[in-house]
Amino acid sequence: MEAVFKGLKETQSFKELRGAIAVLSPLPGVFYGEMVEVELGDGSKRLGRVLEAGKSAIVVQIFEGTAGISPESARVRFLGRPFMLGVSAEMLGRVFNGLGKPIDGYPMPVSEKELDVNGLAINPMSRDYPRDIIQTGISAIDGMNTLVRGQKLPIFSGAGLPHNEIVAQIIRQATVSGKTEKFAIVFAAMGIRFDEALFFREVLENTANMDKVTMFLNLADDPPEERIITPRCALTLAEFLAFEKDMHVLVIIGDMTNYCEALRELSASRDEVPSRKGYPGYMYTDLANLYERCGRVKGKEGSITLIPFLTMPNMDISHPIPDLTGYITEGQIVLSQALHQRGIYPPIDLPPSLSRLMKDAIGEGSTREDHPDVANQLYASYAEVQWIRSLADIIGEEELSERDKKFLEFGSAFEERFLAQGKDENRSIEQTLNIAWEVLSILPASQLHRIKSKFIEKYYQGTPGL
Amino acid sequence: MPSAVGEVWSVNGPVVIATGLRSTPVGNQVSVGDIGLVGEVVGVRGDKTIIQVYEDTTGITPGDAVVDRGFPISVELGPGLMGNIFDGIQRPLEVIREKSGIFVENGVQADPLDRSRFWEFVPKVSEGDELEEGQIIGEVQETSFVVHRVLLPVGLRGRVIWVAGQGKYRITDVVLKLETSEGKTVGVSMLQRWPVRKKRPVRRRLKPTIPLITGQRVIDFLFPVALGGVSAIPGGFGTGKTITQHQLAKWASADIVIYIGCGERGNEITQVLEEFPHLHDPRSGKPLIERTIIIANTSNMPVAAREASVYTGITIAEYFRDQGYNVALMADSTSRWAEALREIAGRLEMMPAEEGYPAYLASRLGEFYERAGYVEALSGNNGSITVIGAVSPPGGDFSEPVTMHTKRFVRTFWALDKKLAGQRHFPSINWMESYSGYVEDLAKWWDEQVKGLSWSQMRTRISSILQEADRLEKVAQLIGVDALPDAQRLVIETARLIRTGFLQQNAYSEVDSFCTPEKATKIIEVILEFYDRASSLLAMGIHILTILEMEVFSRIMRLKEEIPNDRLEKFDEFMEEMREAFSQLEARYGSGF
Repeated sequence: MEAVFKGLKETQSFKELRGAIAVLSPLPGVFYGEMVEVELGDGSKRLGRVLEAGKSAIVVQIFEGTAGISPESARVRFLGRPFMLGVSAEMLGRVFNGLGKPIDGYPMPVSEKELDVNGLAINPMSRDYPRDIIQTGISAIDGMNTLVRGQKLPIFSGAGLPHNEIVAQIIRQATVSGKTEKFAIVFAAMGIRFDEALFFREVLENTANMDKVTMFLNLADDPPEERIITPRCALTLAEFLAFEKDMHVLVIIGDMTNYCEALRELSASRDEVPSRKGYPGYMYTDLANLYERCGRVKGKEGSITLIPFLTMPNMDISHPIPDLTGYITEGQIVLSQALHQRGIYPPIDLPPSLSRLMKDAIGEGSTREDHPDVANQLYASYAEVQWIRSLADIIGEEELSERDKKFLEFGSAFEERFLAQGKDENRSIEQTLNIAWEVLSILPASQLHRIKSKFIEKYYQGTPGL
Repeated sequence: MPSAVGEVWSVNGPVVIATGLRSTPVGNQVSVGDIGLVGEVVGVRGDKTIIQVYEDTTGITPGDAVVDRGFPISVELGPGLMGNIFDGIQRPLEVIREKSGIFVENGVQADPLDRSRFWEFVPKVSEGDELEEGQIIGEVQETSFVVHRVLLPVGLRGRVIWVAGQGKYRITDVVLKLETSEGKTVGVSMLQRWPVRKKRPVRRRLKPTIPLITGQRVIDFLFPVALGGVSAIPGGFGTGKTITQHQLAKWASADIVIYIGCGERGNEITQVLEEFPHLHDPRSGKPLIERTIIIANTSNMPVAAREASVYTGITIAEYFRDQGYNVALMADSTSRWAEALREIAGRLEMMPAEEGYPAYLASRLGEFYERAGYVEALSGNNGSITVIGAVSPPGGDFSEPVTMHTKRFVRTFWALDKKLAGQRHFPSINWMESYSGYVEDLAKWWDEQVKGLSWSQMRTRISSILQEADRLEKVAQLIGVDALPDAQRLVIETARLIRTGFLQQNAYSEVDSFCTPEKATKIIEVILEFYDRASSLLAMGIHILTILEMEVFSRIMRLKEEIPNDRLEKFDEFMEEMREAFSQLEARYGSGF
């Protein structure tokens, strides 16, 4: 873009320093979104960007915060370009910090292209509707919340729940049936613990060959201000790999809760009008600008599939972070504390979980003819189980009708045989559906209203009638 | 008139403050910077003019030029709208794609309507005719579905001194010359503009009396909306707002459908684009895309353009209404629009009211919904706009400001329920919380158009069974269902029939996706007959389980899937079988007592 050549500008005239914000005296030629470099008295450098360019003042966000910056000795240099990331296929197999600088001891790879990390909106006309399923080998996902290539499907977790293990299992087991294609994994960590990062690194090393993986790590003790940029670096690289190198890219970003906290911190330090729980009013748009960067586009081989994970504060799904995420993503996998405590892995809470793209991707010709009906029936029957369990709590199990007792039996079998599986157990779709029929056959066939008669005839193994 | 040129004073996201534009009225369109980003003047403070910019402002520098375009932000109206897809400020996305590839580049510009295409124009007026504003001057067969009636622009009247013969013209070609009362000659083309924030005038507003048939039983039968009515669909994420909106866009008995994807997912728009060309209107058999206009401003597209998108959509709707069409407008989602208002208000440092929303939120919502209605247009034809607005309340909490204010302006409220969605009961419209204010106005239509029992009576009976069952289920949850008297258990079981066999409707089923009012009536007749006959059996002392074990009982739940709209005689056959089954039971047990 033209703005790149507006020349190098430098200033020392700080008017204000607070949190991650520096307010500077105006300087001609500074533009909105411009990247800045702050050189401290000791020669160290920090990056930032222009949040407001005006004739009375310039507001700059400094990614590593203003701590240690003295207005006397620091200098601010405007770099004449927005925040750009140099990208190349060489970045696969490397580890970077949250701003895209290598931290694995090797030099910066030579970049093929410089890209604005904010990206641009995909034209809805260019999108190709995602239809190829990704088999994860996890029954609760493949059978009931099928993941589709090009989908954004977050995991809503809570403190202490095994979302890392589930993500790891997906990384290990994900396949698209009958296809061998170029794939890559881009992992962006925001504010996660060192041991978590190490865990992922080991998983990735053991399965995918590290030369297919790029990691951007902003750990819990790294500057929170950086977290705003970290996912953008990851997605910028993913876009490059998917749409220019024809790769199928799986992007895993998290913890989104830490990202949103950083956003709130920044917003507060700018004295912005807060909306719910102090989060900025533009958080929906901001998250959408990340999540919507995934998908498939017409005429390109590659794709971006996005799995963000987040910890719901206090397991509250209506908290702004999961809530706004759920409004943007194409479904959600929700984890449950109660199932986890009962020792069920993966503890996926099915009633609130959903994959929006599943319906067009499953069924005859892709998974199996009965898949849509079976998934529907499992949801409906399991909902009935929940209702009967709450009834049994009050009146006692003995008082239940025969029909209701059958449902309870189904409920336990469903949780123990269908939902629960080993951390290394990789089930085919066929296996998943067969287990589904095994447990559904506990119920009388007359209770399976969601399944077409022809499938009942073909797959049902129990006794008809009440 | 030479347009005023000012310069950027400051830039903060989508808000640009400029100086030197004192002569520019609020509402005018401006272009900002070298690449000419589209913006709109939203206010003036001292010598500063406040502008909201419809594109990403990265790269804008204080001192950059701001040029007054001399007219308010408006849409282009004329042949070429139908089947098209625009962004929030009416840029044609297909043309944008040809120009800038898979991403929407900043500052890319294109005419909303194709200037080079020729349309077959058929004049409907002759030389010497005295014309009034808004009158139909000619027709263009725009798609197989829609005849575009070319209107004389509002504010223009006079005598025809020349009219083009039938033939092919571009939208900018003059097709009519008019002499006004002041003696001026004015050339009229098929293309006109209208400022989006101003409603188009009509002769008078009429009372809505015809239902918008949506093919969705729970809506048409229990909570109907009238042509020209307003309705809201609130629901948390995953409750099926978008699927319901898509179902309405597909099957609604409207002449024209305008679908505004306002701050929602890109893939949902793609789905509409992929699906609609292959779907056919159940009434005319023509491809649905040919009656549909899509406004797509997805969540990651600039927020100010999202704010404009609902106005762009409703102005186009008014234009077709003025031609005498029934237009259904779906806005998905009005909450994202409200959030755009909030975001911009926040950047303007306005004092917030509830939850950070600006104090004018309610009046903006009111203005928008009031543009719906059933009217006699200036052309003399009757037309309507039915507005169906999705609302996405944070956390599914209906007490938040957007839902609360929306409730004041709509007469039909389809409350989507997370619990029903969790059971995969779709459409997840909660029958206890939803309502329709059009029931009385529409009763006459049903009585005249649909054979069978009286709609309003059936409707009342169904609602009361559902409500009664809801109450009884709460009791049953405390004492167990077996402890209830048989008559009450029958109410619960009949409600289950209504829920599974009638209210629940599978959008992906070929047979059940669209249901005619006639078929809906038939199903209800069967269910009510079942209830009445079963009640009388219970009165004879027959046990409830005997009735529930009847084969017809579980078959009722499948009728919706098994009998297509064009085989309604099958219902009569089923009714006969059911009556026979009941008679047998009566005979068997009746003699014993």
